[in-house]
Amino acid sequence: MKPFQYLRPKTIAEAISMATDYPEAQYIAGGTNLVELMKRGIASPSKLIDINHLPLKKIEHRYDRLRIGALALNSDVAKHKSVLSRQPLLAQALLAGASGQLRNMATVGGNLLQRTRCSYFYDLALPCNKRKPGTGCGAEAGINRTHAIFFAGNGFGGNEKSSCIAVHPSDMCVALAALDTEVVINGTSGERRVPLKDFHRLSTLQPELDTNLQPGELVTAIEVTDNAFAQHSHYLKVRDRASYAFALVSVAAALQMDGGRIWDARMALGGVAHKPWRYWAIDLMLRGQAPSEKLFREVAEHEMQSARATTQNAFKIKLTSNAIVAALKAATGIS
Amino acid sequence: MNRQSLDNPSDPSLSRVDGAAKVTGTATYSAEYAIPGLVHAVLVTSTIAKGSITAIDSREADAVPGVLAVISHINAMTIPGWPPKKQPAERVPPGTAFRVFYDSLIYFDGQPVAMVIAATHEQAMHAASLVRVTYQQEPHRTHFEKNIAHSGIPLNVQRAKNSPFQDYERGDAAALRDAHVRIEAEYTIPTQHHQPLEPHAIIAVWEAEDKLTVYDKNQGVKSAQGQLAQAFKLPRENVQVVATYIGGAFGSGIRVWPHTMAAVMAAKQLKLPVKLVLGREQMFTSVGYRPYTKQKISIGAVKDGRLAGIVHEGTGQTSMYEEHLERTVLASRALYACPHVATRYRLLPLDVNTPTWMRGPGDATGMFALESAMDELAYALKADPLEFRLKNYAESDPERNLPWSAKSLRECYELGAEKIGWKNRLPEPRSVKRNGMLLGYGMASSLYGFHRHPSKARAIMQADGSVIVQSATMDIGPGTGTAMTRIAAKVLGLNAKKVRFDLGHSALPDAPGQNGSSTIPSVGSAVHVACEALKSKLVALAGEMPEGRKSGGQLVVRNGRIFSSQDDKEGISYADILKYHYLNELEVTEESKSGAERDQYSMYSFGCHFVEVEVNPLTGEVRVTRAVTCADVGAIINYQTARSQSIGGVVGGIGMALMEHSEMDHRFGRYVTTDFASYHIPVHADVPPIEVYYIDKPDMQANPIGSKGLGEIAIVGVAAAIANAVFHATGKRVRELPITPDKLI
Repeated sequence: MKPFQYLRPKTIAEAISMATDYPEAQYIAGGTNLVELMKRGIASPSKLIDINHLPLKKIEHRYDRLRIGALALNSDVAKHKSVLSRQPLLAQALLAGASGQLRNMATVGGNLLQRTRCSYFYDLALPCNKRKPGTGCGAEAGINRTHAIFFAGNGFGGNEKSSCIAVHPSDMCVALAALDTEVVINGTSGERRVPLKDFHRLSTLQPELDTNLQPGELVTAIEVTDNAFAQHSHYLKVRDRASYAFALVSVAAALQMDGGRIWDARMALGGVAHKPWRYWAIDLMLRGQAPSEKLFREVAEHEMQSARATTQNAFKIKLTSNAIVAALKAATGIS
Repeated sequence: MNRQSLDNPSDPSLSRVDGAAKVTGTATYSAEYAIPGLVHAVLVTSTIAKGSITAIDSREADAVPGVLAVISHINAMTIPGWPPKKQPAERVPPGTAFRVFYDSLIYFDGQPVAMVIAATHEQAMHAASLVRVTYQQEPHRTHFEKNIAHSGIPLNVQRAKNSPFQDYERGDAAALRDAHVRIEAEYTIPTQHHQPLEPHAIIAVWEAEDKLTVYDKNQGVKSAQGQLAQAFKLPRENVQVVATYIGGAFGSGIRVWPHTMAAVMAAKQLKLPVKLVLGREQMFTSVGYRPYTKQKISIGAVKDGRLAGIVHEGTGQTSMYEEHLERTVLASRALYACPHVATRYRLLPLDVNTPTWMRGPGDATGMFALESAMDELAYALKADPLEFRLKNYAESDPERNLPWSAKSLRECYELGAEKIGWKNRLPEPRSVKRNGMLLGYGMASSLYGFHRHPSKARAIMQADGSVIVQSATMDIGPGTGTAMTRIAAKVLGLNAKKVRFDLGHSALPDAPGQNGSSTIPSVGSAVHVACEALKSKLVALAGEMPEGRKSGGQLVVRNGRIFSSQDDKEGISYADILKYHYLNELEVTEESKSGAERDQYSMYSFGCHFVEVEVNPLTGEVRVTRAVTCADVGAIINYQTARSQSIGGVVGGIGMALMEHSEMDHRFGRYVTTDFASYHIPVHADVPPIEVYYIDKPDMQANPIGSKGLGEIAIVGVAAAIANAVFHATGKRVRELPITPDKLI
């Protein structure tokens, strides 16, 4: 690990000013990902700005929305009363991720900003456009069983100097994408809000960038507007072992039902793209319909038409389709 | 579900004697010895699979504060026991253990090429990242399937006519050709790594110019002592190896590995104690692995379900510089009464580091193929897989034509079948669902050869009547100290609290390393005979005392006291005996080893595993929901620790069957699954209730304690039982491990 200077700002404004003044500085919260990246030499900030003591831990429901401070711990969010009653999908997704120990350290902001788990990204001896732009994507013709099937490879990622088929590893973000979450960001020029769908980037052209955060900006909270999905939402995670594994595929399904019919539907997929993959057409396809396995199969296959496999992950196309069906069945309670 | 008792009520177990030390953190592991003046070494490893080093630039590393040295082949000391270096460097012939920092040649990716020594671990880590190594790269061969044409009969086997790995054939090949039903299939096991949670670590201390002490994670202090003494041309007693506590090993500690030599070299060159702890990613190329192995089985049976023939061929990978041989195909010769059996074993040398023994080496690999093929054949015969096995039960060893010393595999089958509820299983695959999941049951047999090596133990009666028993054996986790304490306490009629057992130090009496399920049979026997000898001495000494003379020499030992057999009111305590004879202590050392019985009987541990699995029909996820494991290993010495060992074996088998897979990117010849995020081992959620049953009948032909090895059979066969259950659940036969969702959807 490269030696670094440790800074401890007293206020949010001071933190932002430090990060703006020192371009090689990085914020640190739980550190569950960043410390590992530093140990391996993948991140080598000259200064670490410790934000853990800033007043950003609060979870509260006000007016029409749930606001979760960026420093709220994953484990605290997952068991918070308002989260469980209003956005159970988020709690399910959080509990599907990492381990109890990690969730006790990891923050909501850190979860948004965690980096891919692609093996090529983590090994300095191997090519990786995300870690070192221009070196090529090691995974594209290598070990890519767990890699992206949407908007990845096969020309989607630009040329070989900029392609990247890594996936975003978060479970939480998949649920947040389905729930139309807003990310609250503070910078030198004040506060701005970015819909989660625009927070993370696809890998095109600049795979080294995971998000649209600007230098110095600090995520301070996320906000989820009230919805009517609590009764019919389900987070399904398919993985290589029963727990403590990144998703091969995950599905966050949020439906509103009445009188045996679906009236509103949101869905996002994890483990399939460089960012949480929002299935935009699902509302159109399900609205007004009665749930059935046949319908869900049609819906699943529709979205998979645009999926493309690389050399080892063709199974993920069928697996994602099956997972969508399974998640919709669970959310609607049909067997 | 019936909850199993955690102990054997008729013979309550001794709790782990080191349990409190381990859970309270007072047990000292190899990296934890507080040696004054300790400095820290970190390895730099190669990023190519074949070629040579053209330059090492350590200027940036040298400049890091705290850095003491950067050692590589350029400036490494000459190891006295190694042959002189050749100029220019030449590739070694097969059969040569890898020599660290010896010359510029690269034999595998991850090979140590330099080592940074610094005052702190962090400084050494940082400096290691700054060492610039340049290479002349050569084309490498790491892909097993693409290079299978390069496989052949191992040189070791070509040279040794009586090697068990020679091609084998019995009976008439026509029997298989004419079989009523015949199956031919290929089975593949990928490279899998031991990855014990405690990484390998060493502290090397040169106490004097010619005196070395190492605190090293290994499975055999005596063999490590011998290898280090040989390398540094020192008398054995000048080298001491300490490994009191081991945080798991599974075979990775059987050899002295390059990193151990590297730390010892560094300590010698710097004249400072040096600590070296391998990083998790370095564990993938530093301490061996279960080799990628491809097997082909042709197996057939006649109409009534009797086996007609088995042809079992296996090819395992090895390195270019050493041959690692495994028992992959051997079980097929002994497990079933089958008139025609042929086996062939081949090796494929690749540009990789040498594999090593991993729990159930060869047998776990071979049994996956054999017991999968048996299952396939049972379905083809429309026979119950268990009945099919019973029909082909070997009443004597069909390979050696000898009687078994003892065999209760039939009882294991019956017990396992009863506990899992085998008779309620519907034979049709993919016919039962539970809560929307496909439900399946599978079983497999297990066997493992009996290994008993000459072992010594010393038993010392103390003046206070307590006893210390010593042997240079190891405890990599099974509870060796606890079992040995129990043996000693039983022989001497003492409360276990009055017995201390010392292990894990090379100054103790000779014992084999902990491998091949040999510890209880070998060292347990030595402890037994040493304590018996001590008891005889005590009885003799008691006979010379006034109370003893009265009895006319008819003395018996009970509850740590010696009684006249006519009168059991008055007893003489051990302490009394030593006091009467003015002795501070009374010591005996005994050796125990096999004799002629090995030629009269065939000896094996036997067992079987039954599992229940649920498979998600949409996602292909497999969960083992129940496991029943039954073992016939002769006498059980200490039920609780034995049970833990069986559970650990089944958990290892779940990993082997469902998730463990070291993947290499063959363009680079480099592993890419080098952390626990990508190399999956079972977590608690993957481990179902595991029921463990023992036949617990002493095999007195085997050794004085009637006990055979348990460590390996705990895992041998588990992967096949799971694969068979997955077939029963889904109708899909997976012949390539691990059974991940992609293979089932």
